[in-house]
Amino acid sequence: MGNGSFSRWHFEKRETTSNLVLVMVPVLSVVIGLIFTGLFIALTGKDPLEVYLLMFDGAFGSAYGISETIVKSIPLLICALGLSIAFRMQLWNIGAEGQLYMGAFGATWAALTFPDWPAYQLLPAMMVAGFLAGGLWGLLPAIPRAYFKVNETITTLLMNYIAILWVDYLVVGPWKDPKSFNFPISPQFTEGAILPTLGTSRIHMGLVFGVVVALLLYIVLNYTRWGFEIRVSGESPAAARYAGMNYVKNILLVMFISGGLAGLAGMTEVSAITQRLQHGISPGYGYSAIIIAWLARLHPAAIVLVSVIFGGMLVGGYSIQTSGFSSTTVSMLQGAILFFVVGGEIFVNYRLVRGEKGGK
Amino acid sequence: MVEMINITKRFPGILANDRVSFSVKAGEIHALLGENGAGKSTLMSILTGLYRPDEGEIRIQGNPVDLQSPRDAVAHGIGMVHQHFKLVKPFTVAENIILGLKGIKEVYNLKSIDESVAQLSREYGLHIQPDSPIWQLSVGEQQRAEIVKILFRGAEILILDEPTAVLTPQEAKDLYKTLRKMADLGKAIIVISHKLSEVLAHTDAITVLRGGRSVGTVRTKETSEMELTRMMVGRPVMLETVKNPVNRSSKVLELHNLSALGNRGQFALKEINLDIYGGEIVGIAGVAGNGQRELAEVVAGLRAIERGQKKVDGNDLTLASPKQMIQAGVSYVPEDRLGTGLVPNLNAMENYLLKGVQKMPSGFINWKQVAQETAEVIKKYDIKVPNPKNPVKMLSGGNLQKLLLGREISGKPRLIVTMYPMRGLDVGAMETIRSLLLQERDRGAAVLLISEELEELFALSDRLAVLHGGEVMGVVDPHKTTFEDVGLMMAGKRMAAHG
Repeated sequence: MGNGSFSRWHFEKRETTSNLVLVMVPVLSVVIGLIFTGLFIALTGKDPLEVYLLMFDGAFGSAYGISETIVKSIPLLICALGLSIAFRMQLWNIGAEGQLYMGAFGATWAALTFPDWPAYQLLPAMMVAGFLAGGLWGLLPAIPRAYFKVNETITTLLMNYIAILWVDYLVVGPWKDPKSFNFPISPQFTEGAILPTLGTSRIHMGLVFGVVVALLLYIVLNYTRWGFEIRVSGESPAAARYAGMNYVKNILLVMFISGGLAGLAGMTEVSAITQRLQHGISPGYGYSAIIIAWLARLHPAAIVLVSVIFGGMLVGGYSIQTSGFSSTTVSMLQGAILFFVVGGEIFVNYRLVRGEKGGK
Repeated sequence: MVEMINITKRFPGILANDRVSFSVKAGEIHALLGENGAGKSTLMSILTGLYRPDEGEIRIQGNPVDLQSPRDAVAHGIGMVHQHFKLVKPFTVAENIILGLKGIKEVYNLKSIDESVAQLSREYGLHIQPDSPIWQLSVGEQQRAEIVKILFRGAEILILDEPTAVLTPQEAKDLYKTLRKMADLGKAIIVISHKLSEVLAHTDAITVLRGGRSVGTVRTKETSEMELTRMMVGRPVMLETVKNPVNRSSKVLELHNLSALGNRGQFALKEINLDIYGGEIVGIAGVAGNGQRELAEVVAGLRAIERGQKKVDGNDLTLASPKQMIQAGVSYVPEDRLGTGLVPNLNAMENYLLKGVQKMPSGFINWKQVAQETAEVIKKYDIKVPNPKNPVKMLSGGNLQKLLLGREISGKPRLIVTMYPMRGLDVGAMETIRSLLLQERDRGAAVLLISEELEELFALSDRLAVLHGGEVMGVVDPHKTTFEDVGLMMAGKRMAAHG
């Protein structure tokens, strides 16, 4: 008693979503992203597999590679953690890049204002100043969002350019190092303004910040009242209001913390890596962090893992330059991955089934 | 006209339809009756092409058909009016009707479409202006627009999901008049409903589903309310509510000359005066949209008060926030259960915690305790939660409402505001909700029951206030008044209070 045979594929809503699916969607997105980008690499006549191996080797194949990978993953990690809180509340903060720059600005201000302070005073001061500056930069677009429903996606994005240009202004203007032969850089930081590193490597204390923040975030989201409020507010603002939660206050607070963490990432970059404020301190960490947060499905532990992978991609990107590729190949790879992650999202709620025949 | 033969549909872990057979003839109004989760929606989703059956066959006018998509269903003359209308509010009736319609040219003549829509609505006695925008229409008119929309698409088989849930008694009567006319003109009509009395009064045949299976099809003329109830629940349910005598204590809620604005900035509540005492249920009758929602929101602290005063237990809470109202012991079961009252993607434990989280002293959540309390509520109210870690959106309507009400009464509230608490529930769940509300009243809580079902209001309320145009038309004793009197007040007639 078949009702005709057909074999058309179609989507059917899932009743439940297994953990396997939740893990496989981002993993497969990365794989497909690699294949997709591989096609373009193949167009140039190179073997994509060889290029990827070269990238992998550059990022993870040596002690130096690994340490560089971790160095790159620190700002990614801290920014992505910050973004994940905002994303949980469905606040689309695209402004981590600008918030990072403002954090770098805040930290630099502290470092240049109190050059004589010892590290145990100056470093906390730089952290606070960086967090505050980044946090306020996140809070600014949150105010119109909370009170007048002004779309934060656009405001946070546009404020990135203001922040980047503000830092550029400082390093060619008031904060330019007089001994810099006209390079757009601030004076070098004093010893007390520099984060300690692990042995002789460039891995710095920012790694500790990142891991501690991830841990804290996990605890806050799962075991505290405020974390619960964030999750409820993100799932359903109406329910949050109904349950007596202060939705407006939470928007402001979440955007402040989200921006503050990006600011902290900025602080670690100027303190440990450049050791001064300069043009272009971030190669787009704040944007990559958006992809990381999504790939990790906003889970703090997964963000740590994905940040290291993305750090590796950046380092691998530099190492393929020797074989004639631009390091921006990595940007393309990241873009492709995001594309497939967002596209793959449908499989979380739906499954693809083949129309089957009736009867047994 | 339509035959569904041995339809089986499985979802992971659930057999939603188990060899269900169902057929409707042209010229017939056929009711599909059953508890929540009985498989009515799944069956109709299969008929409208949303789901594919795992087994079984659908025949239309004797020919087997394969409905692969809603578009296929429309092509076979199947149309559905959903409980929640699918209309674009700023567009006119005619614009909504041609929306997504094939065969409309890039440049089209709206006038001629208006005309054919008007003609169609005259033919079936559906009074509707093709050129009026949807947002200006009453709920009943919007429903008529939906019906015209599917007729315009050539529907021969019309499915209506809980069509009278949002209508006044008069509008419901008119709707069935229209449906009868359409049946007389050769259409087949399927009505999904929970309302026994309505189904008995207006349909030709009734198919009862229970637990995914068809219990049987009966001719309406040859059946009774008791028989249908037995078929639906498989056990006799007391339709009469047994109530203890009212034992009023102190004043819990006081509203003095209270006015509040609606969403469009007009006064939705005007000079409301209403007191509710502990130990009594005060019912609010009225046609939907006469200030009920605003009244509930004002009491829950979710809507600002423009003028007047609100007190709970003698404390002035006119300016209180939702949080302060919760702290004052005001519970609220909103109309929108899934989305406001409960968070669809969170699990039963998290939803149970929704309000209790404010009371966590340290700011840290003790999940062990929450799990335990949730398990108690689930057990106490016999809520069917297959896995407390699954999102609650997977629960059926009755179980959702039990979870919601169970949570709201867990804190022993002083006042419970419930809005349409029985809407869309099956007989079994309704019975549970009723007895829970009565238990709370007997415990000494004040209950504000907003409903559109007069029978329910008469059965449960100790006093009955009628809202019309945002004003209280009167407060009456349901034991000393009639449906007709209340109906008149709902239509705007003032009555002297005698309750």
